[in-house]
Amino acid sequence: MSFITYLINGISLGSVYSIIALGYTMVYGIAKMLNFAHGDVIMIGGYIIFTIMSTMGLNPILAVVISIILCTLLGITIEGIAYKPLRRAPSLAVLITAIGVSYLLQNIALLIFGAEAKSFTSVIPIKPISLVGGRITISGETLVTIPLCILIMTGLTIFIKKSKTGRGMIAVSEDKDAAILMGINVNKTIAITFAIGSALAAIASALMFSTYTNLSSTSGAMPGIKAFVAAVFGGIGSIPGAMIGGILLGVIEILSRAYISTQLGDAIVFLILIIVLLVKPTGILGKKIQEKV
Amino acid sequence: MKAQLVKMKSQVQKLNRSTRSNVITIGVIVIAYTICMSMIKAGNMSNLLQNLLVAMCYYAIMAVSLNLTVGILGQLSLGHAGFMCIGAFTGAFFSKIMVGTIDNVLIRFTLAILIGAAMAGLFGVLIGIVVLRLRGDYLAIVTLAFGEIIKNVLNVLYIGYDSRGIHFSVNDTASLNLEEGGMVIIKGAQGISGTPRNSTFTIGVILLILTYLVIVNLINSRSGRAIMAIRDNHIAAESIGIDITKYKILAFSISAALAGVAGVLYSHNIATVQSTKFGYNTSILILVFVVLGGMGNLRGSIIAAILLTVLPEYLRFMRDYRMLIYAIVLIVMMIFNWAPACVNWRKKHSLKGFIDNKIRKKAKEEA
Repeated sequence: MSFITYLINGISLGSVYSIIALGYTMVYGIAKMLNFAHGDVIMIGGYIIFTIMSTMGLNPILAVVISIILCTLLGITIEGIAYKPLRRAPSLAVLITAIGVSYLLQNIALLIFGAEAKSFTSVIPIKPISLVGGRITISGETLVTIPLCILIMTGLTIFIKKSKTGRGMIAVSEDKDAAILMGINVNKTIAITFAIGSALAAIASALMFSTYTNLSSTSGAMPGIKAFVAAVFGGIGSIPGAMIGGILLGVIEILSRAYISTQLGDAIVFLILIIVLLVKPTGILGKKIQEKV
Repeated sequence: MKAQLVKMKSQVQKLNRSTRSNVITIGVIVIAYTICMSMIKAGNMSNLLQNLLVAMCYYAIMAVSLNLTVGILGQLSLGHAGFMCIGAFTGAFFSKIMVGTIDNVLIRFTLAILIGAAMAGLFGVLIGIVVLRLRGDYLAIVTLAFGEIIKNVLNVLYIGYDSRGIHFSVNDTASLNLEEGGMVIIKGAQGISGTPRNSTFTIGVILLILTYLVIVNLINSRSGRAIMAIRDNHIAAESIGIDITKYKILAFSISAALAGVAGVLYSHNIATVQSTKFGYNTSILILVFVVLGGMGNLRGSIIAAILLTVLPEYLRFMRDYRMLIYAIVLIVMMIFNWAPACVNWRKKHSLKGFIDNKIRKKAKEEA
């Protein structure tokens, strides 16, 4: 029975990873850059919810909504200040800038909130349910996380396939110059992508910190990197790929922590990344991109 | 014939320039070393600064060696601290086992450095074979992953030593099954403690100069030119017959081995080595040195490493906001170097542009 509990916990964690991975995969597909700071937006989102709830005592749902709005603004600001001037720069320069932004967010949070980890109060008021005579317990967080993840995934797929902005995103990801010729505002499209990614990061932060309540300035970095692993695992640029990759990674992580070694959980996740990149660098659902000379 | 002569002349000039530049760099290091030593002798140097001298050396070695990967090979490695970690642990392990066997400190420490470098270089080759098939963002994230794996594994590893040989465990000290009189050397999260403190400023400076010479000679060799060709355009490099994988692994493993040297220096400087010290943050710190000093500029790396090690200890403002400043350095340097607006501004306001404008104006007036 404990196996099933682990499995459910794994799917729950994996759903959070997939929501984060969506932000990575969309930005990577459209702006062709690895947004290292994405994980730290999650951390900032967590701090915003924490501050609103602990100082103003507002309703958790309202706190989450405010956090989503602020994180969206943060995402757009980061893109506008740090990444937009580097649109034509070599990828090494963009990557170093992204690392710089990530480091900046971490240290701003460290200066404001201090080094001591805060304990996050769950924003989900649902009570856990017991199945099979109390041998399996499913937490309220899990009950919300998994359906929400499916909802986001479906909504995003429909948005990208059907809406004009969404189709503009596909066009920019396939050929930026051709998209400009077709009258698509590339800068605006990229800004919208960052906005969506950051809003998703805020949602993910509410879900993640409700389950794993330890909130410190570095607590966004590791989930961020793991979500990137999930995005690579599923095939970068693909929305269903991010979901499959995220859930698989979450399950693998929880099971290996439970059955192999608690301390080596992270190492095993990274080992998977390396194996995936060696065996199938394009991921499960990724397309192979031919390099032009 | 004349064309050949001109070419030869320009080649000689080029050679001279690089040799001259090396002589200047090493000369400045030696002068700085002499000044420091005479200050210590005269008792003019504060304890704070004396404690930083060896740290400056190993950070400078780390920065120069990372510059080989980032600036010369053009690949971003975020796991450089992992190689330092391997060097530190291997070197400290060797010294602790051999402390009773080899009495001569110099020989023991030299061997420790060689073994630490060899081990880090070996890992560099192994990881390089895996990693260097990838490029750009993927490579960065995989090197980060390797750095974290190395850190995590060493964090749970227990190694002991007794008359029957070396024992490994990933659980605890008891499961090593040591004989009586056996010695636990690596104690999981506690790391290695009680390493003989053999690192001195003199050794650090010698190692720094050696590192610098190794990399400069590599850059100016045939292999170095191949490596830089890969950086500038890997497809063009491949099409003229450069074995990309070979040269990438060569550069990567040399960089790793030199990071191993810095690690040995580190572990023999402070008595306790823990793997958590070599995480992502340390790798970023070294990257900041390289970026601030200029990617591909070895001298710049050394200067940046020394400045950023010393300044935070003296300026209170820098000590409190150190990490924040590092982050801003990364962002601002990249935007300053690559944003079109900044590039134009620099062109307009550079000394060369100023002189060119003056000449043009003069020519106009004369006309």
